[in-house]
Amino acid sequence: MGTAGNELQAKQMNEINGIIAIWYREFKVFQREKSRIVASIVNPILWLLIFGGGLGASISISGINYQTFIFPGILIQAVLFSSVFFGVYIVWDRKIDFLKEVLVAPISRTSIFIGKIIGGATDSIIQSIILLVLGAILEKVGLIPGLELTVLSAAAALVILFITTTSMVSIGLIIGSRMESPEGFQLITSFLLFPIFFLSGALFPLNKLPAWLGMLTLIDPLTYSVDALRRVILGASQYGLGLDFGVMIGFTVLVIVFGTYAFEKMKV
Amino acid sequence: MSNYIIETENLTKQYGSLIAVDNLNLKIKEGELFGLLGPNGAGKSTTILTLTTILKPTSGRATVGGFDIMRQPSQVRKSIGIVFQDPSSDDTLTGYENLKLHGMLYGMPASLREERIREVLKLVDLTDRKDELVKRYSGGMRRRLEIARGLMHHPKVLFLDEPTLGLDPQSRENIWAYIENLSREEHISLILTTHYMEEVDRLCDRLAIIDEGVIVALGTPADLKRIIGGELIIMKSSSPDIEALKTLDYVKHIERKDGVLSLTVVNANEHLPEILQKTGRVDSVEIHSPTLNDVFLHYTGREIREEAPEGGWGQRAMNYRPNK
Repeated sequence: MGTAGNELQAKQMNEINGIIAIWYREFKVFQREKSRIVASIVNPILWLLIFGGGLGASISISGINYQTFIFPGILIQAVLFSSVFFGVYIVWDRKIDFLKEVLVAPISRTSIFIGKIIGGATDSIIQSIILLVLGAILEKVGLIPGLELTVLSAAAALVILFITTTSMVSIGLIIGSRMESPEGFQLITSFLLFPIFFLSGALFPLNKLPAWLGMLTLIDPLTYSVDALRRVILGASQYGLGLDFGVMIGFTVLVIVFGTYAFEKMKV
Repeated sequence: MSNYIIETENLTKQYGSLIAVDNLNLKIKEGELFGLLGPNGAGKSTTILTLTTILKPTSGRATVGGFDIMRQPSQVRKSIGIVFQDPSSDDTLTGYENLKLHGMLYGMPASLREERIREVLKLVDLTDRKDELVKRYSGGMRRRLEIARGLMHHPKVLFLDEPTLGLDPQSRENIWAYIENLSREEHISLILTTHYMEEVDRLCDRLAIIDEGVIVALGTPADLKRIIGGELIIMKSSSPDIEALKTLDYVKHIERKDGVLSLTVVNANEHLPEILQKTGRVDSVEIHSPTLNDVFLHYTGREIREEAPEGGWGQRAMNYRPNK
């Protein structure tokens, strides 16, 4: 009993070490790729200032400044794109034999999958923190007035963004686990990303939509992340936090289960 | 139970209708430096990927280090190291970081890991370059790093898949010296695949010649060359005593053409004095050793191509740029 227990414990330690190892690698790569970090910050700011500023000049949403209104949506967008695109790295790993080096290590594929998710989520969370700080600064200088950014609301926002990035990184990894070329990955993900983004209500309110569009936003899992984030940092939302979190967590569990299966079946 | 580090029994791997490895039966002894020689597409890499549990065999069985590749893949993985055909280090990391990552993946405790990193870096002479990004390494250095990495966790067997493919002659010579050195110093079994004959000739204790998934010949390089029937002794002699030569049982074959006498002789070096004595007056003599290419030709009727059609390892390493 004692030795069997020890063996099990040693095996679990091994898996945890493996997860940390994968995370270590992803984080090192993230640190080295400065252009990736810059792009992941600059793009959302352009959306907010130019797209939001342009449209915001003529409209406001129920009395809220348009740029303020889309700020949560832009955060979600930034996390969505960087999370799903994170999956392309596994395609690169396969292009050389680095993927084999990882797959031949004495750890389970589930641990590799989890390590990758944590790696991708770390990138997104760092990106989110920077964007939240920039948001607070923009609020202070009066560009996006009415943002309710406190330490508490920012922390709640990060929880929402963390759950969102976890599911979106999983989706990226699932696609990446099936793809042989980065070009193929790019093609599939752009087909997927834009509908998910546009239907999430990131750029418009959900309460005045025509019925057909309203239906489509309901089946977009990202809708609930945007909604929850609006509740937390704008104090206004369509659905309750209970429903939002229920859908977000349920969807995340689903894609993780599916992703674990996809990694188990992944070819070298 | 047995002192074989690797044993396969009718190991077969099929991709659709293509049989990449066909009923392979192989026994590799502990501590051996064993070579798998064959042209591209012969099934060498598939064999290695199957033995290292990356691919599942279609049928048959195999043990590595005493563990079954199907039933105990985790134990197999812990007891092997592998240097892949294509570059498999992360070039956005430094040499040291690649080794650290490997140690972490294999669950090595930090103190042991750091000590071992120092040891293997020294073994492949990369201590001074350990903190440089791998993208600044030459093809040969990157190979050495990957050999060091394969050794990190003290494997019982190290697999080297085409270890010098695409390297320039000097780097190749260099890698050979490291392989010889670690075979002596690390007390492990080494399995290498290659389509370079000089490589097996120089390095391997024993080899299997593999073609279309089947082992066509197995033995020491010298044994296999002996299958040809011996070395060739080529002499210029105006009036050789053919009858006297025919009485020698180690002379397998005699051919005379335009005053040039060609003998196939077992252990030619040993028997040369006697042959010269029997032949009579000889103007010139040379001994031509059969090469492994002759052996391959003998069994398959084809020659082993020297270069990979898809471009070498170094070329692929240079083409790999994920961030551009």
